[in-house]
Amino acid sequence: MTITTPNDHAQQVGILVPAGMLGAGFDPATIERGLSLAPDVIAVDGGSTDSGPFYLGSGEAKTTADAVARDLRILLRAAATAHIPLIVGSCGTSGTDSGVDWVAEIAESVSTDDRLDLSIARIYSEQSAAELTEQLRAGHILPLPPATELSAETLASCSHIVGVMGHEPIAAALRQGADVVLAGRATDTAVAAAVPLLLGMPPGPTWHASKIVECGGQCTTNPRSGGVFATIDRTGFTIEPLAPSAACTPTSVAAHMLYETVNPYEMREPAGTLVVSEATYEALDGRRVRVEGSRFEPAEQHTIKLEGARTCGFETVSFVGIRDPHIVANIETWAALLRTVLTDRITQTLGLTSGDYAFDVRLYGHNAILGNLDPDPRPAREVGVMLIVNAVDQATATAVAKLANPLLLHLPVPGMAYLPSLAFATSPAETERGAVYEFVLNHVVEVDSPTSMFRIQNRAAAHV
Amino acid sequence: MSDHPPAHSTLGEHALEIRSKNAGPFWVTMEAFMKDDRGYSIAADLINETTVAALYAVSAESVQIFRIPALNVVKISFPRPVPQGSLCDRDIHAGQHHVPLAGLAVRTPQHPGVTGGSATGSL
Repeated sequence: MTITTPNDHAQQVGILVPAGMLGAGFDPATIERGLSLAPDVIAVDGGSTDSGPFYLGSGEAKTTADAVARDLRILLRAAATAHIPLIVGSCGTSGTDSGVDWVAEIAESVSTDDRLDLSIARIYSEQSAAELTEQLRAGHILPLPPATELSAETLASCSHIVGVMGHEPIAAALRQGADVVLAGRATDTAVAAAVPLLLGMPPGPTWHASKIVECGGQCTTNPRSGGVFATIDRTGFTIEPLAPSAACTPTSVAAHMLYETVNPYEMREPAGTLVVSEATYEALDGRRVRVEGSRFEPAEQHTIKLEGARTCGFETVSFVGIRDPHIVANIETWAALLRTVLTDRITQTLGLTSGDYAFDVRLYGHNAILGNLDPDPRPAREVGVMLIVNAVDQATATAVAKLANPLLLHLPVPGMAYLPSLAFATSPAETERGAVYEFVLNHVVEVDSPTSMFRIQNRAAAHV
Repeated sequence: MSDHPPAHSTLGEHALEIRSKNAGPFWVTMEAFMKDDRGYSIAADLINETTVAALYAVSAESVQIFRIPALNVVKISFPRPVPQGSLCDRDIHAGQHHVPLAGLAVRTPQHPGVTGGSATGSL
């Protein structure tokens, strides 16, 4: 099916979501089952910011090409067999142009191998700092809490900036005749919402259903069971798991509005706000839930959220284990001594000042994760000491870590009558982590058109 | 759980699950899924902006609390004190930050029939 015009006659629209993320894997039988429910679209997310700034900063994907190819092979066949679109959002984890091209090349290769006659569209969402600077100067970029005002220098410092698209660019690609849409950074919900909205389904149930399905089986009683199927109609939507063994319950569905959201009642999209405070959740049977009462309030101003990451140096890590009961009993004293002695040695030996490097000493087994927030005062039996060094280049970070090496091996606590030898986990003790990144944008751009920041490239079927 | 829990228990003992997670790179959000209406009353009374601010060393003004009786859930959101993935971020997904919340002390009335209003939190 090629969707070219809105269809006001559709009574309901089915969405098949195979998994929470492309490349995460799923049981092929669940896709067969989903196809038997007559879907109008297959939609799957390809990424998020959840795994940290590295993926956007570097433009590399979290998943492997083999895992993406395996999932795409099943989904492309399913889409071709059922004559329905396949939509992938946030391609390559962060939705950079390189991520879109990476997924597209895999999809085209699979499509050619399997002789599938599919037109594959790419939607690029990467933004240039220069153009955004113009928008900033014109007053069109606003901070989201807890961010503050943006500077042109911050924009220029980003290695990659993406705009987070809504459903509109995806719908535009479908209208142009695409069978497969591989989108750059998109809201988690946009990939599922595009086809129902195009087919005239009401926005309240559409956006709510799209939020509930965005993590696949997360809204079921067995999150590891795979995907879900949502059927949207004029008054609400019905949701069920693809795996016969899993169930959706009113609680499992309602609870998913809480997951990874700041506010469980309202969720902003580029075009407006989903409001679910009046939504009702009713069990239709043991595994299907009916949801009604969701609303969508169109915004007066379209906004596109920006995500940006930049390098913030290079890191080297060392890890040493301590079992000596005397040191473990005085681990805070030991760590404080390590910090002091190491800082002195760095100054004397490398001539670095505090602006040239930074390090963090984490005491795993003691309080590495929660630090001073940890409510449990019980002593540890052993402590893993992670030293993370950050510096402007890799050589400096490693030089600092190497200076720390003899201390991590032999540093006693004051009053010890012997020189301890602590337990390095690896040889060499230092591991170079390469460039590291930080997220620096938490802002929106006010736009006149929801599609203007995104570039659609449509290609006809690639096979010969 | 008996109808007469010990005078001191933790919030986690009254919950099905207490969890935490990033809500984007700059926010953390936590949910206390309580076992029943009584557990919900305890959580709804115990968790407030001041309690959360003290547990997580953040300002009370930055804390948002959502009490959802239909699900027996109290949800908490506040800006991450340390941005995700920075040098001093020890929990990239903020998935282990529920532990101080779950460890909140609950002072439970010795006489059954009184729920809520008497629960107090402390470190």
